[in-house]
Amino acid sequence: MERHVYGVTELNELVKAVLDSVPEFGNVCVRGEISNYKLYPSGHHYFTLKDAGGAIRCVLFKGQALRLRFRPENGMKVLAQGRVGVYPRDGVYQLYCDALSPDGVGDLHVAFEQLKEKLWREGLFDPARKKPLPPYPRTIAIITSPAGAAVHDMIRILRRRYPLAKVKLLPVRVQGAEAPPEIAGALRYANRHRVADVIITGRGGGSIEDLWAFNDERVARAIFDSEIPVISAVGHEPDVTIADFVADVRAATPSHAAELAVPDQGELAERIQSLRLHMVRSQGKRLELSRRRLDALAAKRVLSDPLAPVQDKRLLLDHVQKELYHAAMGRLAEPRARTAGLAASLDAMSPLKVLGRGFALVTDEEGRPLRRASGVPAGSRITAKLSQGRLLCRVEEAIEEDGT
Amino acid sequence: MSPKKKEAPSFEGNIARLEEIVALLERGDTPLAGSLALFEEGTRLAAACTAMLDEAEQTVVKLQKGPDGEPVELPFQEEA
Repeated sequence: MERHVYGVTELNELVKAVLDSVPEFGNVCVRGEISNYKLYPSGHHYFTLKDAGGAIRCVLFKGQALRLRFRPENGMKVLAQGRVGVYPRDGVYQLYCDALSPDGVGDLHVAFEQLKEKLWREGLFDPARKKPLPPYPRTIAIITSPAGAAVHDMIRILRRRYPLAKVKLLPVRVQGAEAPPEIAGALRYANRHRVADVIITGRGGGSIEDLWAFNDERVARAIFDSEIPVISAVGHEPDVTIADFVADVRAATPSHAAELAVPDQGELAERIQSLRLHMVRSQGKRLELSRRRLDALAAKRVLSDPLAPVQDKRLLLDHVQKELYHAAMGRLAEPRARTAGLAASLDAMSPLKVLGRGFALVTDEEGRPLRRASGVPAGSRITAKLSQGRLLCRVEEAIEEDGT
Repeated sequence: MSPKKKEAPSFEGNIARLEEIVALLERGDTPLAGSLALFEEGTRLAAACTAMLDEAEQTVVKLQKGPDGEPVELPFQEEA
């Protein structure tokens, strides 16, 4: 039988096919230490996993890398989960990672991610389902261990910030197998009896195993089902549990939860003071405005001087009267002037004027004026009227002349 | 106007009413007599709220299930 000569590509493809045919290689979990770690601009992560005896190249594509909850570093011991495959171009086999987690967490981590994924799909983390916290809770239920620093920190802070609220402690175990049903039971109990306006549940810091009760599905569902808003307060800032995702509000620590649960009485006192000030100010302004309107009205003449309209009428009347007078006078002026003129003319012609110049008016006995001497018998009596008085005269002789 | 509660007015109720009163007064369209009454009520509420804060002493109890399942309040002894 003639020996088959492979092309390189052909051989690589064959090896790839062989590897791909092993179901086991489709999903393996490898423990090792990271080296040669590189993050490419493409967003893909490349590294080598090694242990005392060997090494394997690994790739973590961008999509999976986005779900990393930690930053991989050289020297870090990790669990890599993925598929073994061949990269034909280089003729190497490598691990195509789906997930990477720090070693030591192991199963817990996988369980955490699986439950998180499941509950997320069910909508338990839906922001639209989150309930707002009451601004001024009357009663706060704390579901935690009655021993330990966490409960004391919370009570101390609640007491300092908002002594108005009553604190009800529902003691539960927070670690061990009994913890999840106890916590979930306390949550349901609190809701059934409406013991509070807000619930804080959590515990102080510890290892991931210590915090594990808050990654329990029963606890998660009890939190989700709670009609009373729930604040989760588990461990320290970096610790994130399933309870944190489901809770209406996630607090970084129990102390933080106590601060989130209630307003600060100092700030409240300031707020009340500010409200009081606002009220005094707006009422003052209101009164001032009313007073000003009233003053303006009071200052009107109709109110300050009720006789004013009468006075006004009187003035008007005077004025009209004056006008009437002037109008009347105006009408009389012209006739008066004419009359005066005529009177002057008349006066100029008055015989009395002539008398003033030394002439005399001579009349006969009957009072008829005498113009000619003829016809006036001698011895007749005539009167000569002078400017002042009269002379009774007897005619001596009449002398006729042709006068001009 | 919200009905006045005679029994044990709550802090949150008082604050809410106080805020409402301030808003009403700031709008300035209440009749004078009404605004004076509001002002008085507001002053009383502010004093009451402050007094509540001043006098409040926090109670801490431990809840336990009674024989009938109802919650029973027990004193909670804090360890020093």
